[in-house]
Amino acid sequence: MVNVKRKQRKAFVSTEQCVACGCCVKVCPLHAISVPKGITAVVDITKCVGCGKCAKECPASVIEIQEVQP
Amino acid sequence: MKKKWYDYLWIASLLYLILGFFNILFAWLGLLCFFIPLIISVVQKNKGYCNRYCGRGQLFSLVGGRFGLSRKKDIPKWMKSKWFRYGFLIFFFAMFFLMLWNTYLVFSGATGLKQTVTLLWTFKLPWHWAYHGTILHPGVAQFAFGFYSVMLTSTILGFVTMILFKPRSWCVYCPMGTMTQLICKARNKE
Repeated sequence: MVNVKRKQRKAFVSTEQCVACGCCVKVCPLHAISVPKGITAVVDITKCVGCGKCAKECPASVIEIQEVQP
Repeated sequence: MKKKWYDYLWIASLLYLILGFFNILFAWLGLLCFFIPLIISVVQKNKGYCNRYCGRGQLFSLVGGRFGLSRKKDIPKWMKSKWFRYGFLIFFFAMFFLMLWNTYLVFSGATGLKQTVTLLWTFKLPWHWAYHGTILHPGVAQFAFGFYSVMLTSTILGFVTMILFKPRSWCVYCPMGTMTQLICKARNKE
């Protein structure tokens, strides 16, 4: 059997441009995103499944879904 | 997710705008939207107000998101740039102090009470129906007219960008959001 490793998708926040409004926090179904210090949103990579809900919600459109090597 | 009490604060924001049509003195309540975010950012060092309690943000989410009154397009790059956000904050502050100055003039007796609401810092709308006199100084009413102008103007700007871009586009350039983020940056550096 061939072991096919699928690429995983994760959310990445452009921290320089994030306004820390917290819109992404509200829509994340896995509670993987938070705004701990009011400066920028932080994604818990271990929890993120890359669904893209936060990216769609972000009013500044500064969240990107990228493929990462597992 | 189970809704919490603070998920209904959009009702308060909506009520605030409506009350201003009946009695302008209710505009004073808007100071809560100024002081609560500042206190949270200074004491708790986070943007808990934006993240949880902002009724205006919830209102935009509801109207733009749930009711779909939004194109849901990306906001232009310049609108999320630092210079625009900080520039808007400074402009907003300048207009706020101008409003305080006008209030001072009425308190000092230099000018009389103007029963108008100024939209977009330019258009003066007659608003006499919302003022029935007060036992307090007319300056108290002048501040209410000025503050309500600030709140109504920013709500209109918020609704325009909600329709053009994403529902909560206002959050990107909201002066209170920019200010509390700056406070958080300073407070978390210590």
